[in-house]
Amino acid sequence: MPERTSFRDGLRYRGGANMWAWRLHRITGLGVLLFLCIHILETFTVSFGPDFYNQTMELYNSALFKVGEVGLLFAVLYHSINGLRITIQDFWPSLWRHERAFLWASAIILFLVFVPLAIWGLLPVFRGEL
Amino acid sequence: MASYATARPTGRFETYSWLFMRVSGIVLLVMAVFHLLLMHYGIGVENLSFDVVAARWANPLWKLYDFFLLLFALTHGMNGARILTNEYIGAGGWRVFLKTVTALLYGVLVVMGAWVIVTFTSAPA
Repeated sequence: MPERTSFRDGLRYRGGANMWAWRLHRITGLGVLLFLCIHILETFTVSFGPDFYNQTMELYNSALFKVGEVGLLFAVLYHSINGLRITIQDFWPSLWRHERAFLWASAIILFLVFVPLAIWGLLPVFRGEL
Repeated sequence: MASYATARPTGRFETYSWLFMRVSGIVLLVMAVFHLLLMHYGIGVENLSFDVVAARWANPLWKLYDFFLLLFALTHGMNGARILTNEYIGAGGWRVFLKTVTALLYGVLVVMGAWVIVTFTSAPA
């Protein structure tokens, strides 16, 4: 296993569903990390007192951020479910033989959890309240 | 489909890193998902305010919860960024630069996050 791979080699590599699950794991990981950094900075402003913090939180009350919240929800759920799949398969390596079944199970669980929560979260946007 | 596990790390530090990502991942699956559901679906981001934070952090157990969530999430995330840098960025200036930025951001954000949780009081400054 080479220590590093160029970005273009990565795109050309034909690894199938497994490879896409892996890629999406890294993209969602970076996305959640970016949000986490912003979230820590925004929470830090609570030490500047109520006025400053409440103004900061106002920024989140827009349709754009509601859609962003759903993106965050997807990233966290995908990263959690796919990460749990990898962990289970890594601790019991014989299960890698059933990887396809595990990938399907993860996708179905993700769909069942994400879709209702996303619709619920976006209701204020659908109703035009934001 | 071939039977193989994810690439096993070599070396002591990378082995601990490999294990840490999986153990902290399970912890975060519980703590971070609960935190997200509570904030976005229980309380609602539109209802978050200084008073809500003050009411939550009046309970030291919530402070403790948020403190450990901060540590686990940021360590897991920044270690992930370190791994991505190792795998995608060739050795050289960019690699050193990105790893330095990751380490600095990690240090600064841990201190900022921990400081605000530990020192918070509802009395305005």
